[in-house]
Amino acid sequence: MEFLFITSLIEFSPIKPEFGLLFWASVVFILFWSIIGKLAFRPIINALNDRSNNIQDSLNAALKAREEMQNLKNENDKLMAEAREEKMRIIKEAKDAGNAIIAEAKEKAKEEAQRITINAKNEIENAKTAALVDVKNQVGAMAVDIAEKILRKDLGNDTSQQDYVKKLVDELKMN
Amino acid sequence: MKICRIILLLFLFSLSLNAQHDQAPTEKEAVHSPMTGDEKALVTSEQPVAAHEQGEEHHDFKPDETAFHHISDLNVYSIGPWNFPLPCILYAPSKGWSLFSSGRFHIDNDHHGSGHTAVDGYVLNMGRVMRVNDDAFPQEEIAIDQFEIGESELDGKKTEVHYVIANGVKYPLDKASSADGGLFGGGITSFYDFSITKNVFAMLLVVGLLSYVFIGMARAYKRKPGTAPSGLQKLFEPIILFIQDEVAKPFIGAKYLRFMPLLLAIFFFILALNLFGQIPFFGGANVTGNLGVTMVLALIVFIVVNINGNKHYWEHIIWMPGIPAWVKTLITPIEILGVFIKPVTLMLRLFANITAGHIVIIIFISLIFIFGKAGENPGAAWGSSIASIALALFISAIELLVAFIQAYVFTLLTASYIGSATEEHHHEDAKH
Repeated sequence: MEFLFITSLIEFSPIKPEFGLLFWASVVFILFWSIIGKLAFRPIINALNDRSNNIQDSLNAALKAREEMQNLKNENDKLMAEAREEKMRIIKEAKDAGNAIIAEAKEKAKEEAQRITINAKNEIENAKTAALVDVKNQVGAMAVDIAEKILRKDLGNDTSQQDYVKKLVDELKMN
Repeated sequence: MKICRIILLLFLFSLSLNAQHDQAPTEKEAVHSPMTGDEKALVTSEQPVAAHEQGEEHHDFKPDETAFHHISDLNVYSIGPWNFPLPCILYAPSKGWSLFSSGRFHIDNDHHGSGHTAVDGYVLNMGRVMRVNDDAFPQEEIAIDQFEIGESELDGKKTEVHYVIANGVKYPLDKASSADGGLFGGGITSFYDFSITKNVFAMLLVVGLLSYVFIGMARAYKRKPGTAPSGLQKLFEPIILFIQDEVAKPFIGAKYLRFMPLLLAIFFFILALNLFGQIPFFGGANVTGNLGVTMVLALIVFIVVNINGNKHYWEHIIWMPGIPAWVKTLITPIEILGVFIKPVTLMLRLFANITAGHIVIIIFISLIFIFGKAGENPGAAWGSSIASIALALFISAIELLVAFIQAYVFTLLTASYIGSATEEHHHEDAKH
């Protein structure tokens, strides 16, 4: 392998920082950094960030809209359920009211009937009493008549007899 | 995988260093003055062929040189056998600025990328501009004969010296000044190279492409806001969102938006250049595998982190609350070191990963030439090419993954450093 490295010292310029290259590298890189940084990198980053913010905002908005819709739906369901309940309640109330009215009517009718019955009974009683009084009176008068007739014939002018009869008639009246 | 690659890199280094100890000394003395007539004759008789002609001969294949040549920064853009010229912007303190196309060096279309002409005292050696630091050298365009590599000993340290021979005279060449302070064989020399090199060109090309793509994308977002992504948006949007949601937000926290442009710029800059370097037959520009480039990135991260460091960040570095005073004297130096170590690790990690990936692929391809003994053994070359191509393909696939991982890791660590510097320590407040 002697032929490999028969050369003299090697010119290895990459490790020698030459002033020319240092100068040009500084100029080129600083210009690249400042000009492209300002003209390209900054606008690109801003555009990318704006876009990502936009996307995030849109996503958030969509999520919010979905949430709102869900809320709305929940509310609707709740309203529906409430309405249904209300309906049931109203129907039930109406039924109850109806029943109550019927029951009341029945009660009233019963009462009325009772009242009528009682009135009728009373009247009947009154009528009976009146009839009985009438009958008594008539029977008394008839009996007196009869007795008078009999007595006129028998007693005529006997006052004691007449008093006695009167007393009897009074006693009869008392009854 | 990363550790393996660093070990491989170190292994390659050690091999090349060993090799240079083993080799016979070629050229000990540094030559500065024009040679005498005898020496001229010696030079011309010993090596009568010019560098570009040498390439056509059988010579030993040097895989390490090939690898390092391919991952190095060059003053020409090589695609296949063609070398495309790039603008040269050179500054020598003694001479002033020089501006010209590297096409004026008259590069040949072999893989060396060496020029045939000297311009303004500069020459193109193996794709790199070097300078003849010698007033005697003619400053106008002159034809050059050949290049040579020698070794010189300075302060007991062996250094490589390149020579150019023009008009029969041998001149030493200076490499461009580098900021490593001689640590990696560089240092301040006679000139500075501010050229649009291969790496700079690749960087401009890639950044231009990225700018076009991202500005177009930004327009599309403005034109039809809030719509679903289409076209390129579909490709880049997930990556941008990944950086934002998986890197910036968890590591930086509430203030992440401020740092998004930096993180995206770092990520796409590194990723695009990593991938660009992986395109086969397209120059293989090793931009993110160059310490200079990663150093700049790390330095920018370092500055951004420390400028944005809040009270708690500095408090934790300088005087860590909630621990005994004598421990603080130990912790504080470590924390202060850490401030610098963090960007250094960023710099080295990216550099080592990308460079190692390039080297491994080049070495696998080089196996063909090693077994073929540079054309002497075509049978072995054909045989090994099957295995080499399979291995190189496999590594290329891994490198695609590494390109993403390294860009991601760099961005992630940047975000984590920024996050630790800007974090509000609420739990600490409660304790005080």
